[in-house]
Amino acid sequence: MAERAFSATRLPGFAMIAVAVFLVLYLPIFTLVIFSFNDANSVAIWGGFSLRWYQIAWANDAVKEAAVRSLIIATSAALIATTVATMAALGTTRRAAFKGQTLIYVIINQPLMVPEIVTAVALLIFFGFIKVTTGYQGLGYLIAAHSAFCVPFAYLPIRARLEGMDLSLETAAADLYATPWQTFRKVTLPLLLPGIIAGAMLAFVISLDDVVITEFVKSGGQDTLPTYMLGQIRRAVTPDVNAISTALLVLTVLLLTVFFLLTRTRD
Amino acid sequence: MPSNEDRQRAASARTGWALSAPALLLLGFAASGPLLIVLVYSFLTPGDYGNVVWKFSLDGWRGILFTRDIFDGTLHLADANLTIFWRSVKLSLLTTAITFAVGFPTAWFIATRPAKSRALWLFLITIPFWTNLLIRTVAINEVIRNEGIINTLLIWTGLITEPLRIIYTDTAVLIGMAYVYLPLMVLPLFAAIDRFDMKLLEAGYDLYASRWQVLRRVILPIVKPGIVAGSILVFVPSLGAYVTPRVLGGGKNMMIGNFIELQFGAGRNWPLGAALSMTLLIIVTIALLIYVRAANRGSPHG
Amino acid sequence: MKTLMTATALLLATSALASAEGVLNLYNWGNYTSPELLAKFEAETGIKVTVTDYDSNDTALAKVEAGGSGFDLVVPSANYVPIFVEKGLIQELDLTRLANHGNIAPEWVDVPWDKGRKFTIPWQWGSTGIAVNTSVYKGDPNTSAVFLEVPDELKGKINVVPEMNDIVNLAIMYVGGEPCTEDTEVLKKARDALLAAKPDWLSMDYGATEKMSNNDWAASVNWNGSSMRIRLANPDVVFGYPKEGYPLFMDSVALLKDAQNVDEAYKFLDFIMIPENAAMISSFARYANGIAGSEPFMPEDMKTAPEVVVPEEFRAAGRFLPTCSPKATEYVTAIWTELQK
Repeated sequence: MAERAFSATRLPGFAMIAVAVFLVLYLPIFTLVIFSFNDANSVAIWGGFSLRWYQIAWANDAVKEAAVRSLIIATSAALIATTVATMAALGTTRRAAFKGQTLIYVIINQPLMVPEIVTAVALLIFFGFIKVTTGYQGLGYLIAAHSAFCVPFAYLPIRARLEGMDLSLETAAADLYATPWQTFRKVTLPLLLPGIIAGAMLAFVISLDDVVITEFVKSGGQDTLPTYMLGQIRRAVTPDVNAISTALLVLTVLLLTVFFLLTRTRD
Repeated sequence: MPSNEDRQRAASARTGWALSAPALLLLGFAASGPLLIVLVYSFLTPGDYGNVVWKFSLDGWRGILFTRDIFDGTLHLADANLTIFWRSVKLSLLTTAITFAVGFPTAWFIATRPAKSRALWLFLITIPFWTNLLIRTVAINEVIRNEGIINTLLIWTGLITEPLRIIYTDTAVLIGMAYVYLPLMVLPLFAAIDRFDMKLLEAGYDLYASRWQVLRRVILPIVKPGIVAGSILVFVPSLGAYVTPRVLGGGKNMMIGNFIELQFGAGRNWPLGAALSMTLLIIVTIALLIYVRAANRGSPHG
Repeated sequence: MKTLMTATALLLATSALASAEGVLNLYNWGNYTSPELLAKFEAETGIKVTVTDYDSNDTALAKVEAGGSGFDLVVPSANYVPIFVEKGLIQELDLTRLANHGNIAPEWVDVPWDKGRKFTIPWQWGSTGIAVNTSVYKGDPNTSAVFLEVPDELKGKINVVPEMNDIVNLAIMYVGGEPCTEDTEVLKKARDALLAAKPDWLSMDYGATEKMSNNDWAASVNWNGSSMRIRLANPDVVFGYPKEGYPLFMDSVALLKDAQNVDEAYKFLDFIMIPENAAMISSFARYANGIAGSEPFMPEDMKTAPEVVVPEEFRAAGRFLPTCSPKATEYVTAIWTELQK
């Protein structure tokens, strides 16, 4: 490549910072994985290799159920939040300014602006009332709550992508008598996809991490991994939690790799 | 007869609202709507054992700025509350600055990889975040503790003889928050940089601009929406952060999130907690509006 | 995706199965319920117990009060029991349905928060004291001075658990007051003692079991059960009972007013009053239970543990925290806010 000598996209020091960032990001994860194989009862002192925490975690139904429940909630919430956020982003960007646009923007970003504990207490009271009236106590409340606070996390990257996205392709499509739906499907969506993927990944991660709102919304038998671990933190974190985290990590990495390979071959 | 522009505007508003409706409904049901309860609670009287009594009172709001001295009953400025607010704002601003400083080069690095490996790098940046926050924070603690990897390595290489004490300091909180919120900065930045036309750079260099000038005059203005989105996504949750300051800061100093939690928990003063939350909400909304206005003014599609 | 769907189907299937037979929803502190106990109960009665965790009395209270959460049993601490009773959240037990009620140890029957045990059944009890690594500090550990007038050896190496009521009341007792006092002179002294000591503390955090075993902390205000586990990992650690007064706690099981599985709940309450089963609860979380005759079934290392069997000389100093008045709570919160600002 001729432009290798002077690459316009190269900025001095950036690659070095980026590589350092990746190293630092993986350092704690690396310790976490290592200590999940620790023979000692500790997450900090090495006592030899062992798989016993995996056996303990596997034998613990509460942890397994909590892990699966976390995944179900996070997947549902990410799907719902990304769908409604994409629609809202399309509705609020790249069009003539209209009355209430700022209001919509503020409402959508509202979950970001309130500490979790506040939303948690509000939902506790509101959902408690609905639970008593309807008698329904299922996972629906958790999924609704998670979807809601994930909306801004999905919305902002999608909006950032949309803003200033080149209009000419879509105009061209419309000139070629494509229906608005066709234009959206064949032109806008593919262009928007990186934003949507970024948004969905953020939403998934945010849902997976939530402690406070879940703690207040959950009904009997609805512990997620984080609320289960919160109960442990007060007493002692044992490496079986590391084992579960590592197992989940491997599972996600596998899923992502499959997804990655599939999308790549299709291109 | 309405002008063409008016009609276009009305149509735009109709589709705008229609497309936003599902999101607004969801939020109205499970986020913003129930918050009205909190607003109402801020005007009530605390119950003896938590919860509220349905009697109007302004004490919750008064409690934000003033406290009645528990010993002599005089009313004075609540310096504890102000200290806590100021600490939260300071740490959140610093976190935003740090995530931007390291997040921008990272996002740029990812966006300038060949198209094929870009997705891979993007996955690599998010994978650490698929482990739970609590567990990740505990793991960070293990890395920075006196006998942790970093200190062991530094001592082993002979760079230091005594372990650096990072654990339970503001530095530890900052490291932790920057770590935790980094993807919230990198992903929007990436989304913005990724649609940036690299030919503009060549044009810049053709006009004999230096790298610094290109960065400042060409790149930054165009990726501004990404910077705005990333900063909001990092700054606001940092303000309400709860787990990270508690685990890494050693819990000696509260941030707003912990302070509000205290009121709803063992402090048993829900109206004060509600009023504090509303204050935070108002401050952040105002800051956000000013910020968005300013950002829109500069953007080409404003 | 397919894995996830299979998992979903599995989970839905198991929960559907569970509701077909007898079920029981227990709302308890995290990491506090012995899985073996639940397995044994299920084997004997066919009732599947689902445990859901909470991490503070206030969270549990708020959730139960909001209603509709579907729990049958809850395990509040002593000073929260009267609040649950006063708010009408738990129901009076029908003692004729509890054949083993007589197994409750005599000293735990007429407790101040539940005279005659009409509302609650003992789960576990313990104390808040100070765990000290004797290889760092050789002085007397049995005093609150260890954290309120920190000796030089421990400066910057001691942790204080962030439990508002425990800590402020330890300080109140240290300066000669009664827990939940409204005496402003005493409160002022307690506050000054805490504020003066804080710069010498390393942190205010949970997790002593791990952090004292690996030498991050040389001392910590801590619970007795956790301190016992630290000693098992590090024999240098002793548990001090502050002679100026230290808080005792007891968590007891109560039947909620809106419980849906009342019969199952009674079976469970009766079940945990059998000495052998009470010992199973203790051997998991390492705290004492309140059931007479459970000692022979306790693990060997707990029968003589100085953290569990309170030495005679320190017994008198232990006090159950009463349910503080709203005024007293206001004082305690104000002191705590100033301490953590």
